[in-house]
Amino acid sequence: MKPLIAAAFALLTATPALAEMRIQTVDTPGGFHAWLAQEDSIPFTSLEIRFRGGTSMDVAGKEGAVNLMSALLDEGAGDMDSAAFTRASESLAASYRFDATQDAVSVSAQFLTENRDAAAALLRASLNDPRFDQDAVDRVRAQVLAGLRNDAKDPDTIAAAAFDKVAFGDHPYARPKEGTEDSVAALTRDDLIAAHAATLTRDRVYIAAAGDISADELSVLIDDLLGDLPVSTAPLPPDMQVGTDAGVTVVPFDTPQSVAVFGHEGIKRDDPDFFAAYVLNTILGGGGFEARLMNEVREKRGLTYGVYSYLMPMDHAELYVGRVASANDRIAEAVAVIRGEWARMAENGVTQDELDQAKTYLTGAYPLRFDGNGPIARILVGMQMDGLTPDYVQTRNAQVEAVTLADAKRVAARILKPDALRFVVVGQPVGLDETPG
Amino acid sequence: MLRLAAACTAALLTALPVFAQETAPAASAQDQVTSFTLDNGLEVVVIEDHRAPVVSHMVWYRAGAADETAGTSGVAHFLEHLLFKGTDTLAPGEFSKVVAENGGIDNAFTSWDQTAYYQNVAADRLGLMMQMEADRMVNLRLDEGDIATERDVIIEERNMRVENDPSALMREQLGAALYMNSRYGVPIIGWRQEMETLDLAAAYDFYRRNYAPNNAIVIVAGDVTPDEVRGLAEQHYGPLLPNPGLDAQRMRPQEPPQLAERRLSMTDPRVAQPYVMRRYLAPERDPGDQRTAAALTLLSEVLSGGQTSVLKRAMQFDSQTAVYTSAWYNGTTHDDTDFGLVVVPAPGVTLPEAEAKLDEVLAQFLTDGVDEAQLERIKFQLRAEEIYDRDDVSRMARRYGDALTSGLTLDDIAAWPGLLQQIEPQEIVAAARGVLNRAASVTGYLMPADAARAVPAPPLPVSTTKEVTQ
Repeated sequence: MKPLIAAAFALLTATPALAEMRIQTVDTPGGFHAWLAQEDSIPFTSLEIRFRGGTSMDVAGKEGAVNLMSALLDEGAGDMDSAAFTRASESLAASYRFDATQDAVSVSAQFLTENRDAAAALLRASLNDPRFDQDAVDRVRAQVLAGLRNDAKDPDTIAAAAFDKVAFGDHPYARPKEGTEDSVAALTRDDLIAAHAATLTRDRVYIAAAGDISADELSVLIDDLLGDLPVSTAPLPPDMQVGTDAGVTVVPFDTPQSVAVFGHEGIKRDDPDFFAAYVLNTILGGGGFEARLMNEVREKRGLTYGVYSYLMPMDHAELYVGRVASANDRIAEAVAVIRGEWARMAENGVTQDELDQAKTYLTGAYPLRFDGNGPIARILVGMQMDGLTPDYVQTRNAQVEAVTLADAKRVAARILKPDALRFVVVGQPVGLDETPG
Repeated sequence: MLRLAAACTAALLTALPVFAQETAPAASAQDQVTSFTLDNGLEVVVIEDHRAPVVSHMVWYRAGAADETAGTSGVAHFLEHLLFKGTDTLAPGEFSKVVAENGGIDNAFTSWDQTAYYQNVAADRLGLMMQMEADRMVNLRLDEGDIATERDVIIEERNMRVENDPSALMREQLGAALYMNSRYGVPIIGWRQEMETLDLAAAYDFYRRNYAPNNAIVIVAGDVTPDEVRGLAEQHYGPLLPNPGLDAQRMRPQEPPQLAERRLSMTDPRVAQPYVMRRYLAPERDPGDQRTAAALTLLSEVLSGGQTSVLKRAMQFDSQTAVYTSAWYNGTTHDDTDFGLVVVPAPGVTLPEAEAKLDEVLAQFLTDGVDEAQLERIKFQLRAEEIYDRDDVSRMARRYGDALTSGLTLDDIAAWPGLLQQIEPQEIVAAARGVLNRAASVTGYLMPADAARAVPAPPLPVSTTKEVTQ
């Protein structure tokens, strides 16, 4: 059977850089669906694969299993032990990166056209037939444990973990994605095999490629790579609603600069108000100097090097979060300024000037993201996981442009919740009283 | 394989925090590159990539933290922040605002040998970007208010990057001990007590000494032709007057002969994972003379580039002495640089034991020589990087800027990939013998406070000095 290939074309003057980008959709004989941005001027391909359901698939008590499993995928497969696998990938100058987030196990591969088949065969072995040799398990486990010990003394990681606890309660999202020292120490080879079977499944996979490969070639490669993977049996985690109370949680830690993570419930990616919310956040807490938080906390008062906020829609919950860091005796003022800005925008929305500037920035900067095969493959796979269609690349800027001042005001009142804005502060903050949450 | 974000980090500081990780690779594609020099001395490099109508515009100054005068540490980076304040015609903050209004992204960074500013933007906005960069090259206007607030910002930046991170504090101490006279021993961000005294005069002094067309390199990468760039550069940068008083030689304090090994230990309750780090003084890439640097570049790969490397194999796989090892070398510097090694010991292994094992493995490597199959794999990967690199012209632009502001020429840059392929195994061993000289090194132990008592005092180091110096 020939693969079905459809091409999505659209021309839009607002995004000249993307007007000619052609995204093909590929439906393989084996039943897989992939997106492809073929560009053959440089003889290599970037391939991005994601399996929905990441570290949040860890079974209770086995926290860290999915993370350790994904770190072991290039530590031996088939008849190759870890050293043989590395020698093989080095000899091909191919690179494979395996990563686990809360919602996905991701595979980022890059390989030359001249040895594509051999590179794909190696990747096939690592995905289908990882060995989890005990010496490799112990060695990589020791690295994970070293990382966890470092995290336990890193103010940023402490703040993020403490915020997750506050926001997610008893949902799997609240658990540390790399596990705890105790849970990781107790993981067995069988736990890793189970984590592999639970997450690398053919019905939860999303695929995108960019570079020097045709749709026919990609189709054959995908069927060979993923065709023998099992169908999922483990359920995905349930959806949950984030509930926070306004106030401050202090995690005492002896360090000169306090780190604060702040936020509350966010907004779903497929909510009709998502774009208005996205534009609003660019004005409030986007990373640029023009954002209100940056202007008020850094430019006017010199209280921090960086302050920002962002929308974080996940598969089963939505957050609206931010971060700031200030010396222990200045963090209270930074927190007060952020609270004030949060309330001011919730009440008054934004000005027409701010809205216009944010739109020009967002629409102009969008094409800059597509700067290479790797970034393009990652964007295309992310779009699929978000349930978007290929023409989104051409219509996205129009959705940004469509946000009106009235939308912005309405959505500001909806998504900014001063009454739920919780700060988790790690350090020795002066003048910040802890409030129960 | 797990990549531990351990000891060594790059020396780049940005005016704006960069929240997303940038993409990787390394090397060159000569056919995409052209260059020319304007009458006022401004050098221009054009890297063509016509796949998308976007462009990266960078201005690099041959001036960084190592060009500061004593007592003003941090001023190069401070000035980088202040360049986002006003000029005669731009209000404070307007530069970035105009870039954003044109759908662009801008930022800047400072290192020891260079300061660079860049914008990524639609190709048809290149002229506007050049107009604004030319403006702030000569027309900066600062007031006391700008200074006071921005000084607070850089001190918070130091808090974030250094004071909150015992490992970063340790690296500062090691750098200061390794470099006895070179300004590479002074942190780019600055010593805190000197940062607190940086004023308008210090900022203007650094600006007037270093910011001029004959001390700058403009790099344009993306959907442009050399003719277009030449026309725009003549129009915007052409009218600027060169600084005749510029120190073209960049004679900076050099290292004296280093005769005494230095050893440091530091404890901090925030340390979770003790480690031992060693840094040796090492030669850098010199114009027309890059062979030793090429051998040292390959040496770092042979020792720690990937799972089959010497240190990882011996210390993480065979003996399980360490959970993490790394060797690094950056030869693209103006003056003598360093070759670094770090070992994070496995649980139950003390720092002296880890260090002894490291020295044993290095000595064995000098005896055994280079595994030729491994070297062939490394060379093939370097050739492949030239292909992967063509996908990332911003990275190529950074590599050109880095090399040119470190005193290298376009010919040196063009010769480098070929040179890496030519290096023979015995040259790598010879370069290792030259650089692994304990008399010109510093070794540091970083420990948690409670472990300081638990770890026995380090034994006198085994003297490998005699065997490894030429």
